[in-house]
Amino acid sequence: MITKKNVEHISWLSRIKLTEEEKEKFTKQLNYILDYFETLDEVEADVPPTHHILGITNVFRDDVAKKSISQEGALENAPKKERGYFKGPRIV
Amino acid sequence: MRQRKRGDISRVPGLFSMNINGMRELFNSGNSVEETIHSTFDKIERSKLNAFITLSKEIALEEARILDKNGAKGMLGGIPIGIKDSISTKGIQTTCGSKILEGYVPPYDAHVIERLKLEGAIIIGKTNMDEFAMGTSTETSYFGPTRNPWDLKRVPGGSSGGSAAAVAGGEAPIALGSDTGGSVRCPASFCGVVGLKPTYGLVSRYGLIAYANSLEQIGPFARNVKDVALLLDVIAGYDSKDSTSINEKCEYLKALRYDVSDVKIGVPKEYFGEGIDEDVEKAVWKGIKTLEDMGASYTEISLKHTKYSLAAYYIIAMSEASSNLARFDGLRYGLRLEKDKDWHNTFSEIKAQGFGEEVKRRILLGTYALSAGYYGKYYLKALKVRTLIKRDFESALKDTSVLITPTMPFPAFKIGEKIGDPLALYLADVNTVPINLAGVPSISVPCGFSGKLPIGMQIIGRHFDEATVLRTAYAFEQGGGCDT
Repeated sequence: MITKKNVEHISWLSRIKLTEEEKEKFTKQLNYILDYFETLDEVEADVPPTHHILGITNVFRDDVAKKSISQEGALENAPKKERGYFKGPRIV
Repeated sequence: MRQRKRGDISRVPGLFSMNINGMRELFNSGNSVEETIHSTFDKIERSKLNAFITLSKEIALEEARILDKNGAKGMLGGIPIGIKDSISTKGIQTTCGSKILEGYVPPYDAHVIERLKLEGAIIIGKTNMDEFAMGTSTETSYFGPTRNPWDLKRVPGGSSGGSAAAVAGGEAPIALGSDTGGSVRCPASFCGVVGLKPTYGLVSRYGLIAYANSLEQIGPFARNVKDVALLLDVIAGYDSKDSTSINEKCEYLKALRYDVSDVKIGVPKEYFGEGIDEDVEKAVWKGIKTLEDMGASYTEISLKHTKYSLAAYYIIAMSEASSNLARFDGLRYGLRLEKDKDWHNTFSEIKAQGFGEEVKRRILLGTYALSAGYYGKYYLKALKVRTLIKRDFESALKDTSVLITPTMPFPAFKIGEKIGDPLALYLADVNTVPINLAGVPSISVPCGFSGKLPIGMQIIGRHFDEATVLRTAYAFEQGGGCDT
């Protein structure tokens, strides 16, 4: 059972501010969706997990510099920028 | 350029139902690419479907003029194509159906877009989709729902609903979508067109805005199997910029033959029966019998962990989404508050304003499933169940060459009918999500009607055996297919 307090906690973890109305609604919905997920409890799965379907690991390439997006190109979509940097909100 | 009048649109008979071959003949016989592209935009601009979020008219017409001058070369020379708005296109707004990316113009092309441009395809616009590909109906798009060309009151399916509706509605002969849990096959089924989800790793995901990386693939839409095969020939192949890319490409168009005498069909019983519309079940069985009459054989089989697919799929997809969508912080691109607040509140308000309800719901659920104390119960368990589901498919496909099921349990539903109940919408994906968990290829081909609504048949194959999947679909289509 997930409570409104749990929803507030995951809202904080995921950096999504919720209105009171959303908190109520999501508490209800998340509960019945999680109830449905409980069906997995029936399965005995004594097998390794599949993270990736093809099981490939450690794909390497030669460490060679290649052409990439210019600084201007990378900054083109930034809503706030200053002296060639992305500008973030104040930390302190 | 000669003066154009209204009415020019119908100058070339059958232009809006033409396949790739027809269009190439049109250009070879001296018709201008520019005129064709103009007519296409005329049609789209008058359309009620809302299949496109952004039209790239200026760029498309400029490219058409260049092709008219130099000859429409390449496998897709001069062919108009719609691109799902989850695929990055240099210089053309790419929103992923979300407010948070409104106005974002990618500084680079996705790998598939580079391939299309090399072959002379003309990108006419970005097609509508469920926000961040999270949906089964294209109703969660920030830019309004797309309508089904067969019945404007109904959904086109999702999440690549705009691509399927554009192809079915005559607004583009071909399109690209992306399929995380059925997002190409579902709208193909609801709109009566052909749509393929390739094997995981066959098509590069470089430039595809990620929702759930371990499940998704870019896939082609067309009005017939041949055009889907041709489009796959263009977009498939190894790309060093996608670390999950595999070099297993075949020649798909060449693999098409009107012959299924060696094809062994498996019919998984879990995909029929309860919850499946009667007309859908009948049409798919009729399809299987058609293939049998043509020389294929079939046996009923069982994929015994099917029942757990939906829960495993949604836990994995939501968990991956909660991590992937954390990047939308308004720093490098996307929505930003006019006046910043402190660190935490700046980001949580951007996301609160920029994401729609379904996206929030999935991020919250994914965050919960990955949080301390629940990781083992939800995420890790889902990954283990994924192993069982994958093994079901591998073992069934040892003795059979393809599996056939209904793509969707029912035909297109009404706009607004299911959107209020998230779980009911998730359940609609019951026949498509297991395929993404197993990573195998699968196509949806039209196989009949329920009233005036199309029904899709799903043909699933072995990893990297798109050739047999496409050949079976092609033979079915040529041998009667959908009796329209």
